[in-house]
Amino acid sequence: MLKQIEGSEAVAEAVALCRPEVVCAYPITPQTHIVEGVGKRIKNGSLENCEFINVESEFAALSVAIGASAAGARSYTATASQGLLYMAEAVYNAAGLGLPIVMTIGNRAIGAPINIWNDHTDSMSMRDSGWIQLFAETNQEALDLHIQAFRLAEELSCPVMVCMDGFILTHAYERIDMPTQEEVDAFLPPYEPIQVLDPDEPYSIGAMVGPEAFTEVRYLANDKQLQALRLIPEISNVFKDVFGRNSGGLVQPYRLDDAETVVVALGSVNGTIKEVVDAMRKDGEKIGSLGISSFRPFPQEAVYDAINHTKRIVVLEKSMAPGMGGIVDSNVRMSLSGLSTPVHTIIAGLGGRPITMASLREVFEIAGEDRLPRIQFLDIDHAAVEHEIVRARHTRRSGPTAESILRHKAVNPAQKG
Amino acid sequence: MKQLPFAITLDPGTSLANETGSWRSEKPVFLDRIPPCNQICAAGEDIQGWLYHAEEGNYKAAWQALIANNPLPAVMGRVCYHPCEDACNRAQLDEPVSIHSVERFLGDEALKHGWKPEFEVEPSGKRVLVVGAGPSGLSAAYHLTRLGHKVTISEAGPMAGGMMRFGIPKYRLPRDVLDGEIQNILDMGVSLRLNTKIEDIEAAFNQDGYDAVFVAVGAHIAKRVDIPAHQAGRILDAATVLRDMETGEEAPQLGRRVIIYGGGNTAMDVARTAKRLGVDEAMIVYRRSRKEMPAHDFEATEAEEEGVLIHWLRTIKQIDDTTFTVEKMAIDENGRPQPTGEFEELEADTLILALGQDVDTSFLGEVPGVEMEWDGVVQVNDQMMTGREGLFAGGDMVPSERTATVAVGHGKKAARNIDAWLRGKSYSAPEKHELAEFDKLNNWYYEDAPKTQRPQLDIIRRQTSFDEVIGELDEHNALYEARRCLSCGNCFECDNCYGVCPDNAVIKLGPGKRFEFNYDFCKGCGICVAECPCGAIKMVPENN
Amino acid sequence: MTEQSSPQTVKFYQTGTRTVGNRLLDETGRSVQASTKRANAITSGHRACQGCGEALGARYALDAAMNACNSQLVAVNATGCLEVFTTPYPETSWQIPWIHSLFGNAPAVATGVAAAYRVKGRKDIRVVAQGGDGSTTDIGFGCLSGMFERNDDVLYICYDNEAYMNTGVQRSSATPPRARTATTQAVGDAPGNVFGTGKNLPQIAMAHNIPYVATASVADLNDLEAKVKKATAIRGARYIHIMVPCPLGWGSVACDTIRLARLAIESGLFPLYEAEHGAVTNVKKIRRQVPVVDYLKLQRRFAHLFKKGAEDTDSITAIQHMADFNIKKFNLVGIKEEKTK
Repeated sequence: MLKQIEGSEAVAEAVALCRPEVVCAYPITPQTHIVEGVGKRIKNGSLENCEFINVESEFAALSVAIGASAAGARSYTATASQGLLYMAEAVYNAAGLGLPIVMTIGNRAIGAPINIWNDHTDSMSMRDSGWIQLFAETNQEALDLHIQAFRLAEELSCPVMVCMDGFILTHAYERIDMPTQEEVDAFLPPYEPIQVLDPDEPYSIGAMVGPEAFTEVRYLANDKQLQALRLIPEISNVFKDVFGRNSGGLVQPYRLDDAETVVVALGSVNGTIKEVVDAMRKDGEKIGSLGISSFRPFPQEAVYDAINHTKRIVVLEKSMAPGMGGIVDSNVRMSLSGLSTPVHTIIAGLGGRPITMASLREVFEIAGEDRLPRIQFLDIDHAAVEHEIVRARHTRRSGPTAESILRHKAVNPAQKG
Repeated sequence: MKQLPFAITLDPGTSLANETGSWRSEKPVFLDRIPPCNQICAAGEDIQGWLYHAEEGNYKAAWQALIANNPLPAVMGRVCYHPCEDACNRAQLDEPVSIHSVERFLGDEALKHGWKPEFEVEPSGKRVLVVGAGPSGLSAAYHLTRLGHKVTISEAGPMAGGMMRFGIPKYRLPRDVLDGEIQNILDMGVSLRLNTKIEDIEAAFNQDGYDAVFVAVGAHIAKRVDIPAHQAGRILDAATVLRDMETGEEAPQLGRRVIIYGGGNTAMDVARTAKRLGVDEAMIVYRRSRKEMPAHDFEATEAEEEGVLIHWLRTIKQIDDTTFTVEKMAIDENGRPQPTGEFEELEADTLILALGQDVDTSFLGEVPGVEMEWDGVVQVNDQMMTGREGLFAGGDMVPSERTATVAVGHGKKAARNIDAWLRGKSYSAPEKHELAEFDKLNNWYYEDAPKTQRPQLDIIRRQTSFDEVIGELDEHNALYEARRCLSCGNCFECDNCYGVCPDNAVIKLGPGKRFEFNYDFCKGCGICVAECPCGAIKMVPENN
Repeated sequence: MTEQSSPQTVKFYQTGTRTVGNRLLDETGRSVQASTKRANAITSGHRACQGCGEALGARYALDAAMNACNSQLVAVNATGCLEVFTTPYPETSWQIPWIHSLFGNAPAVATGVAAAYRVKGRKDIRVVAQGGDGSTTDIGFGCLSGMFERNDDVLYICYDNEAYMNTGVQRSSATPPRARTATTQAVGDAPGNVFGTGKNLPQIAMAHNIPYVATASVADLNDLEAKVKKATAIRGARYIHIMVPCPLGWGSVACDTIRLARLAIESGLFPLYEAEHGAVTNVKKIRRQVPVVDYLKLQRRFAHLFKKGAEDTDSITAIQHMADFNIKKFNLVGIKEEKTK
């Protein structure tokens, strides 16, 4: 059924169609509308047999989900940004215990400075936690990925994060095709845990493991991710059979056949990139793009296969590893090891900075001329950062950088920002 | 079984593979310590052992356990001065367990219900003669019978019981009780010949064919004292007065005012008897103070309650008809009474001497090998045998404290030695266990439970009748009293060790079977020892 | 406030219900621990130190809970000694379904477990969460308070040994004043832990108005079992705070574990009481009152108070005042009041 609804509402409905049994809620922008939507469905009775628990923190939210999942309940929660960091210990723990929890991340920047707007720093911080991380390009895909996520999680006994860009997707009203309960039921069997807290079969979950077996445990965690590399496309294919549309998978190639420049990105920005690619193709540029749907496990082979023929690669990412550069970038380079294809990194959209088609086209063209530096911050106010660097060099106790930049911009309103 | 995640999820109880017993440097062991009551009991009773059954309300089993060592519980519960209660660890908690009253209750229950001693033994074919039907002789006869021997008792007097009958007044020991318990012994097959004085021990062996002889004729010759008397009034001795109470047609004529001379239990008994016979005044004259008197304090107290007047620190210097001149004494630093030169006069019709008794062992004088002290007391070895092979002796006639309890104990000890001797062996008592002292107990676990107060006969009746002064416990009280026992030194299956072990290393074996340590897992923390209420566990160094 | 009634119904049975069992009581009058059929929730082979109060307290509590719920019990365990000494791979001592997640989230995990069973209609399964004082009063306090506030159907049991023992005896908010720990050393002008800080978790639990709060001790098994049994039957959030002495952390001899717990009660430092919906309903009277010195002297963590020639009488007096305050507040000494219902 086609609907014009907010992204969060769409995800809430999709989650409800997956018949979760325990949902924990703690508010944090921009995720909050999702759990509100699930909670409403539980309270009004449209989602039956589900406990909605208002917890006191994100740490508790995921912990409640851990308990519920270990007791055999399909468990769901959602968070973003600081919330994901606050639950970080439990994030690793849920993966370590192999609990198939599904969690939505309404991607948002991490403070300080506190910032409620979109980028991918939060999800990136948990990339090595052992969770599967799926990134949605559109609200339709966000909705679809949640349905796939439960099946994936439960088949693997591994938790899955569905990452959707805060505000850009969560708060956007788009037309989506909402599946029916029957369709979802046909796709997603009831949860059959591989281990469950059961008085009739009383084993101990969560033992302390020392050096004699810890390496093996970690090896198996990696192996589980490798299994996911096989399973994600399979599930995506089954999904297509049931629902009639492509969603998820490992990577989403776009106009790659003869592309000399390939833009690699995660999430909603792929939509903008595709439009720029279309526009540049119209002007004869050999450009294509590769959307990465599964960041963890990282589909090295699929990435390699998709872009090994190209002349240059531009990784556009909404995250940054200070002192290093790009994060997605590193993963892409790793996938291409052995090739000499230049890889450029564009850090863009941090803390909600708009990524305009104009700006993208500009850098893609520069890239096509092989004039793009190794790493570039899209639309950065060079004057502002230079001024601050100089100021800080002269005044040791220079005060907070963020405020200084804002002050600088206030007295130099003409500058771009 | 599901395929569980590797290492993170574990099957239940698998830690049993980790035997933590190897951590231990000391290990707990169960032991039985001897409780102070048992250790001190002259009759060798396993007091705690029979209280254990009484605690459960199983009085018959308690009685059977009791009479395994003492055939006269109803008597002993009344007349024994119960040093066990002085030793009782409970005294340090609140008050001692009233052992004697439970013993008496059990004895009385047995008489009431006609319980008989239960034992099985192969007849030995041996015959033993017991001379004297006092507590020692009766006890020996009883134990010898339990050991399979055929016993005959010869008693010179007209009634069995010895000093239990002729030395202890009825108000302390009702005669139906004494008769009942003696009858129980006779019912086991013991022959009793009254009015039969044995003059020739050798004849018993040689002519009558006894395989062994146990003599326990007691000490019943009253000690005398010389007091200058111009014109002495009536002078009697305590043993005779008490004997006449038992055998005489009429009660002894004592006049209106009586002086009893002496400070022992017999003096108290006679004074109280006199009071009951209706004298106006019964006075005790004793040369030392209350502190030094040989009588038990409670006897003096009861006597005083009944109106007996006790003149402490007085000796009788002279008697002039009914006027007694007494000299005041003072206790010197050695605890001895010394004359002060101050005199008083007392008026009395009768003087009763209660100065103790001597033995009459002249009949043993001809027996080769038998040795005696200057006062006639017979020497025995640690097997209770005299210098004559096969002739054993016990009770008041051998060197000992002269109480019915000691006498009963002698009877048992003699019986065991006679039995061993008859079988060509030598009896050796099992090694005594270490003592269960109060500091070995963890008394926090015991309920607060003060001693039961038994009803006492009201004072007028006590002064005018020979009814028993101390009433008996009813069943409820007896049970309560039995359950005051701390079971010092011996496991009473309270499950503490089983519960308090942090390592589940104590195995409960079930009712009556106590517990075992599982040394595979015991880490040797010692909590079981610290928390055992009765001190039945101790730590010992690990050998390896 | 009324005197806590003893579970014993007969007037006097030698040791009454003070010992673990009593052959003179019928089976129903004996403790769970007296039974050979007890669950042994923690079985032998665990790696707790000699004389560990927590190993004992946890078995006491969980066996009682198992007994009270027909063995339909699930336990959630915070990180800490109890978790570490029971479940080092490849062996576990637990014989009940058990999960360990993190140090600070046991109450929340338990909430999740309870929610799962509620949604599955398994009302028969009871959920216990447990941890030491560190996970309860400090790092897991937020989750615990949240669980209380939501009145989730979880029995939370704190085994209080008054410091972070697993990490090597560091101060927690349950460490008593003047106690020496690795982070409150017995040096300087005011050796040991300071006065006037710390959390009284049972009182805080009561402030949440949850259906049931109780304090208990390994020194009084029958009282502990009665409380666990009662708590297991109640729906909603429940809290039991059990004192479990730690020979390692307290510097006491292993065999004194129960004795110390008993002295804590008898001195008034650790009052035993029950509270329902925020109000104290039962108090266990002190049986044989002792001065706090009797308790303190057995522990090396307080040894600096008793230095020869330099006794810290001010501190000892102040600790005695704490005990006296409890005695007055909870009416721990004196005539038993009539039970009013």
